[in-house]
Amino acid sequence: MIKVENLDVVYGSKDKSNHVVRGVSFAVSRGETLGIVGESGCGKSTVLRSLAGLEGAWTGSISFNGKPVGKVRTRDELKLAQMVFQDPYGSLHPRHRIGTALAEPIRSMGAGDGWTRVAEALQQVGLPAHFASRFPHELSGGQRQRVAIARALILSPPILLLDEPTSALDVSIQAEVLNLLADQREERNLTFILVSHDLSVISHMCDRVLVMQNGVFVDELTRQDLQAGVTHASYSRELFDASFL
Amino acid sequence: MPDLDETPVLSVRDLNVRFGRNSIPAVSNVSFDVGRERIGIVGESGSGKSTTGRAIMRLLPQRAGVTAERMDFLDSPLLEKTERQMGGLRGKDIALIMQDPRYSLNPVLTIGKQVAEAAKLHLGARGKDAVARARDMLARVRINDPDRVLSLYPHQISGGMGQRVMIAMMLLARPKLVIADEPTSALDVSVRKDVLMLLDELVRENNSGLILISHDIRMVAAFCERILVMYSGRVVETLSRLEDAAHPYTRGLIAAMPDPKHPVRRLKVLDRKSIEVETNP
Repeated sequence: MIKVENLDVVYGSKDKSNHVVRGVSFAVSRGETLGIVGESGCGKSTVLRSLAGLEGAWTGSISFNGKPVGKVRTRDELKLAQMVFQDPYGSLHPRHRIGTALAEPIRSMGAGDGWTRVAEALQQVGLPAHFASRFPHELSGGQRQRVAIARALILSPPILLLDEPTSALDVSIQAEVLNLLADQREERNLTFILVSHDLSVISHMCDRVLVMQNGVFVDELTRQDLQAGVTHASYSRELFDASFL
Repeated sequence: MPDLDETPVLSVRDLNVRFGRNSIPAVSNVSFDVGRERIGIVGESGSGKSTTGRAIMRLLPQRAGVTAERMDFLDSPLLEKTERQMGGLRGKDIALIMQDPRYSLNPVLTIGKQVAEAAKLHLGARGKDAVARARDMLARVRINDPDRVLSLYPHQISGGMGQRVMIAMMLLARPKLVIADEPTSALDVSVRKDVLMLLDELVRENNSGLILISHDIRMVAAFCERILVMYSGRVVETLSRLEDAAHPYTRGLIAAMPDPKHPVRRLKVLDRKSIEVETNP
């Protein structure tokens, strides 16, 4: 479903350049959930942003569904992958009502005004339809993250890119959001890439985990490895030990 | 070194905090004692755990009504102290470590100035002596190159290092009570453990009491002797081990956390109706 080869991201130029992602390659099959874990600054979010088409400075090749995509995406390419961001406070426009925020992807894809699908999208993520007339500040953090997920799903993309979707939430709310994501994945046969620094969230959601350090993948762990606590590199061992006190 | 002094550092009975006159109490009837030990306060956001910490420091705004049958710090009532007396206590005897070093350090002063200020204020050190003490304290919190760090500004250091600087600043005066409000939530998992170990080590060394406020019940359980679980302003349970949890809220919180060793298809979510019934019979 997703194939990435030799992805390189460099910010700045000449002597001031910062090589953030160094030639990473990976593939994700349909319906699979891939986790990427690492410290802040290791480049995990940059990989995700490159996949979403938000990053302009990458080289290498990215293909969705067997078709290579470029830096500038067409509408059809954008519809393939949608992103959910970490902070639900920052990713929703504070002066737009929830309905406007949800209808916007449809409007910007030129597929009508989108209002007819707002109620259904809200109900799918377990929110009442009358929330469409509310503003983001009238919602709790968990409800806002549900809206962000609804907005990502409204174009029915086969791929969902999740950048720390629950790290701003309480554990009890985190459980609700993770359950929602798991249900949607089952219902729509979605492919996920989940970026997080929390190994317990990653191991709950993912079939396979890549451990990232300084822009490269240093380890790959399967679900069985995570359960048994098996690691293949010293860095992932450290990360593992630090996560479970 | 075990301490023979059994009197609690802080003793709180029936602490109530409300904002505005007829509003819902943010904290209601909270009672606990802190000896020379580590206790943890856990709960969701809005459960009143930080408000409790701030009420002890008397840092809540004027409009907050704080009442308590007793709130004694080393046998003297905190609520009767004047603002001036509180100023003498804060930082010297009771220290508060906040969540994000990026917001709690002054962005326009160097680290050296800020840590030395603590030495000047609380230890009466001056000039070069204050800077030397700041340097020693930075070395104590395992900052590798303290001389270099002294001249840096807060934006030039990492979050983990910033939190070490905060700990250095706060523990320089050897306070008798340390309140750490989510000290590691803004940090990466890999540095989280180091910072907690460091805090633990220094608190033991000074033989002071520690109140660790956090939403992460497992982390708190690993570090503290006793855990107070708060829900909507009340302490619903006091535990010494997670396995003893009996209240549905505590059990719900523990079950809501994904555990890689015991994978489940769906995580348990809190059944808030039954918790309400249990807490307000």
